[in-house]
Amino acid sequence: MRTIYILWLRQLKRYSRSRSRIFGSLGQPLLFLIAFGFGFGPIFQRAGGGNYINFLVPGVISQGILFTAIFSGIELIWDRQFGFLKETLVAPVSRLEIMVGRTLGGATIATFQGLIIFFLTLLVGFRPYSFAALLPALVIMFLIALLFTALGTAIASTLQDFQGFQLIMNFLVMPLFFLSGALFPLEGIPDALKTIASLNPLSYGVDGLRTTLVNTSHFGLLQDMSILVILMVIMMAIGSYLFSKVEI
Amino acid sequence: MSTTPPELAISVKNLVKKFGDFAAVNDISFEIPSGEIFAFLGPNGAGKTTTIKMLTTLLHQTAGEIAVYGFSTVTQQADVRKSFGIVFQDPSLDEELTAYENMEFHGVLYGVEKSIRKTRIQELLTIVELWERKDHLVKTFSGGMRRRLEIARGLLHHPKIFFLDEPTIGLDPQTRNQIWAYIQNLNTTEKITIFFTTHYMEEAEKFAQQIAIIDHGQIVAQGTSEELKARTQKSTLEDAFLALTGTAIREEEASGSDHLRMHRKMWRGR
Ligand SMILES: Nc1ncnc2c1ncn2[C@@H]1O[C@H](COP(=O)(O)OP(=O)(O)OP(=O)(O)O)[C@@H](O)[C@H]1O
Ligand SMILES: [Mg+2]
Repeated sequence: MRTIYILWLRQLKRYSRSRSRIFGSLGQPLLFLIAFGFGFGPIFQRAGGGNYINFLVPGVISQGILFTAIFSGIELIWDRQFGFLKETLVAPVSRLEIMVGRTLGGATIATFQGLIIFFLTLLVGFRPYSFAALLPALVIMFLIALLFTALGTAIASTLQDFQGFQLIMNFLVMPLFFLSGALFPLEGIPDALKTIASLNPLSYGVDGLRTTLVNTSHFGLLQDMSILVILMVIMMAIGSYLFSKVEI
Repeated sequence: MSTTPPELAISVKNLVKKFGDFAAVNDISFEIPSGEIFAFLGPNGAGKTTTIKMLTTLLHQTAGEIAVYGFSTVTQQADVRKSFGIVFQDPSLDEELTAYENMEFHGVLYGVEKSIRKTRIQELLTIVELWERKDHLVKTFSGGMRRRLEIARGLLHHPKIFFLDEPTIGLDPQTRNQIWAYIQNLNTTEKITIFFTTHYMEEAEKFAQQIAIIDHGQIVAQGTSEELKARTQKSTLEDAFLALTGTAIREEEASGSDHLRMHRKMWRGR
């Protein structure tokens, strides 16, 4: 327990000391919110989709969490390059504890980042349908964060340096976001796209947030939650396995 | 009367480590009695760091056996890990944390109880003259300060054996002397076994009770400094070392860790 706690604490300390990281990772979701939200809003409304900002907010919150979570996981490469990983690997603690501590730390940061985005969206006029829904929304945010931090850690365990980073951004993170229903409703889209979206874990996170924050749902909250939990457990297992194989 | 032989800190039998086809460590065997200062010398790329990584459970050997205070590095990793402290050749501090936080992190990972942790951290940081800087981020530290912090950290859990992989590389003579005085003192007062590598022959000559020289993954000579000099009929350990390992400069491929070192320089250079 204390191992998990100290690793969690370390992630939080590093995060809170890095202002540029906090603000830097807010830029993109806000850009999406403003450009898409105000740009497409009128068309969306005319087409009978309702308030696009309301529709989009759960999507950009998910995006913020996704990016921060994956990046927190990938930070493992950083620890390897700067040598700190060795210090944790020779300590008399299990790799599982290290992995869990790191992942909880990264997920806490990502959730916090999602929460900041939520409060910022209030400034551009977003209103959740009920503030009581914020609690279940927080649970969904944390699930998304855990899932993708574990994914980041799993990927980082197999990489030696940052050379694959661009590849991951372009062929994993971006598609996860754009093909998730974060930007458009999954109703009435081509079947192929719909299939892809329903295979995308982030879709369930976005849908879960949309259910809790604006009370519209595609898959239903029960399905969203169960899929997120199952995938999160699987991803943690894969991440722990790959991390246990890391050699310096 | 007891006739038990001295306890062994380390026993290595026919140790081999291959990276693909290349044997970085090629069938070495040696023993280190508890309480000894042991120097592991060799040219660049000889296999010193690779050996230390196997002794400290970071790498799995291809063949052979290692016991650290009787514990196997393969089947009893947790016991092995509790028994040693290490200063790596490459940096291993978290630069975004303060000196104190780096110590605290280590203490918690090694299960050092809170009250003991507090007093020991203060003690150790005072000894390495970093107590005043304890709340500064490590990224503001000089190379010598970082090294001293790493040494203090490696001792926090009171290890029985201390591995030092080129502990004094890149340090000025003042800092080197200070670090060595401290290490020697530890060895005499706490009976901590010391296993170190260095490219400064005079450090081995002055401080080591036993020296092993490794070249191309094999141990080419072992003994006291006097024995090695006598065997090669040279007057200094440096000449003996050159006689045993030749004068050719090693042009092996850059190892994984060399790549990392380069990367790190590039990152720092920004
Ligand atoms: N992960 C690795 N993959 C492939 N080769 C490696 C790896 N690590 C080390 N080597 C090679 O093994 C050999 C021994 O390397 P090692 O780091 O043990 O040398 P060393 O004696 O510590 O040298 P130095 O004095 O330069 O630190 C070198 O030829 C190195 O290139
Ligand atoms: Mg070395």
